[in-house]
Amino acid sequence: MTRTAALIASAFLAAACGSSVAAPSQGSPQPLSGNLSVFAAASLTDSFKALGHSFHQQYPGVTFQFNFAGTPTLVTQIEQGARADVFASADTANMDRVKADGMAAGTPRVFARNRLEIAVAPGNPKGIHELKDLGRSDVIYIAAGPTVPAGKYAAQALAKAGVAVTPKSLETDVKSVLSKIELGEADGGIVYTTDIKAAGAKVLGVAIPDQTNVVATYPIVTLKASPSFAQAEAFIAFTTSSQGQATLESFGFLPA
Amino acid sequence: MPVFIGLLAAMGAVFFLLPLAGLVVRTPWADALAELAAPETLEALRLSLVASFSATALALLMGVPLAWVYARIEFPGRSLLRALTTLPMVLPPVVGGIALLLAFGRRGLVGGWLDSSFGITLPFTTAGAVMAETFVAMPFLVLTVEAGLRTMDRRYEEAARTLGAGRWTVFSRVTMPLIAPSLVAGAVLCWARALGEFGATITFAGNFPGVTQTMPLAVYLLLETNPEASFVLSLVLLCVSVGVLAGLRHRWLGSV
Repeated sequence: MTRTAALIASAFLAAACGSSVAAPSQGSPQPLSGNLSVFAAASLTDSFKALGHSFHQQYPGVTFQFNFAGTPTLVTQIEQGARADVFASADTANMDRVKADGMAAGTPRVFARNRLEIAVAPGNPKGIHELKDLGRSDVIYIAAGPTVPAGKYAAQALAKAGVAVTPKSLETDVKSVLSKIELGEADGGIVYTTDIKAAGAKVLGVAIPDQTNVVATYPIVTLKASPSFAQAEAFIAFTTSSQGQATLESFGFLPA
Repeated sequence: MPVFIGLLAAMGAVFFLLPLAGLVVRTPWADALAELAAPETLEALRLSLVASFSATALALLMGVPLAWVYARIEFPGRSLLRALTTLPMVLPPVVGGIALLLAFGRRGLVGGWLDSSFGITLPFTTAGAVMAETFVAMPFLVLTVEAGLRTMDRRYEEAARTLGAGRWTVFSRVTMPLIAPSLVAGAVLCWARALGEFGATITFAGNFPGVTQTMPLAVYLLLETNPEASFVLSLVLLCVSVGVLAGLRHRWLGSV
């Protein structure tokens, strides 16, 4: 409850400072309005749509425009001047790039963590039970590209397990790794736990033990060029609020 | 000339010229050679040449007979078939890539049988990249050659026939030399389109350096990691296009 109170307070404060924000109506927590452009890692696709929906219910004046893609693609778009208010990265390296560019307003906050799993076809026809099996010659293994967080984490997990395997393809984001497995073109890939959960019955997840698993860290930040600073900060606060965290956990994320 | 027409025409011309100017201005000329000589760039260049020439060869092999059938043989459903086989000219290439997956992928109409009977899988292979390029580029050859066949003077063929030449002799010794300009133009157009193919390739064949990562894929992905190199590669592709246009100028632009 204190978090919610703080959120409302900060939103009111922001409303008082910003001239473009509508004046608060008597007592109801709806001082925010406008369109928020949120650039988020592909692995956040379903969870952020849900977060945006609940945020919109609390602040009906705020609407969302989401852009989901591989994190480095988003960074490039931001660098090239795309209009974005909030950036949610699937790793700290890409967030550091945005900070180094001087495009972040404030300090990025970690709002979620994620674990890796092996995605295989339903029924596991190739009998893939551990990371080592991805190196078998009869298995088509694909990964996200080395600059995409999911690709980097996958390479780290394979290195921890001492498995040397060259992917057959370097996909542009983790969702396209998943879709090639769903289509049956590839036999296995390393994706996030949340991706397996979102895919439902279309893929099967094979757990990776703790000693070889890698935990992904998701930082989020308001961008300097944003004309909707107050709204952006309120949304970021919402992702780390108890309600936001519960939503993220329902999609399979680990708490921040 | 009315002023406003001139003004709009000038806007139209500037709209096309500015992006080209941007590419030329932003290209790091000092490092251009070094970027071009980087192993990953050379790899993409080599693969692009191999794949685009293979695609053109395949298109000549199948496309010239197809054009001949369209130009010379009356059969029911000819215009429909002709329309369907030239569809890739206007079809979004990504859609072409998905269609190829559903036909030649491991679970595709023909791909499943290819995989189970011969162990041939096309996605994630150079052969797959060649197929994607052929699919998108061949219609340009077919239409150009067909136009050549329709406009040529058929009396030479008839004369050869009356002098006792067989069908094959007429085709190879009379028809082909007569339509040589159309053949060359069609092949060049087809090659240029194959060289620039992106959507169908990344969707059907995936992306791996040296195997399926052609120049356009490299340009797209380098923009995220090494923008300067991607500018240089873009300029190379631009020069190729200018070369093609210059080579075919008499055909398209008259003797300007």
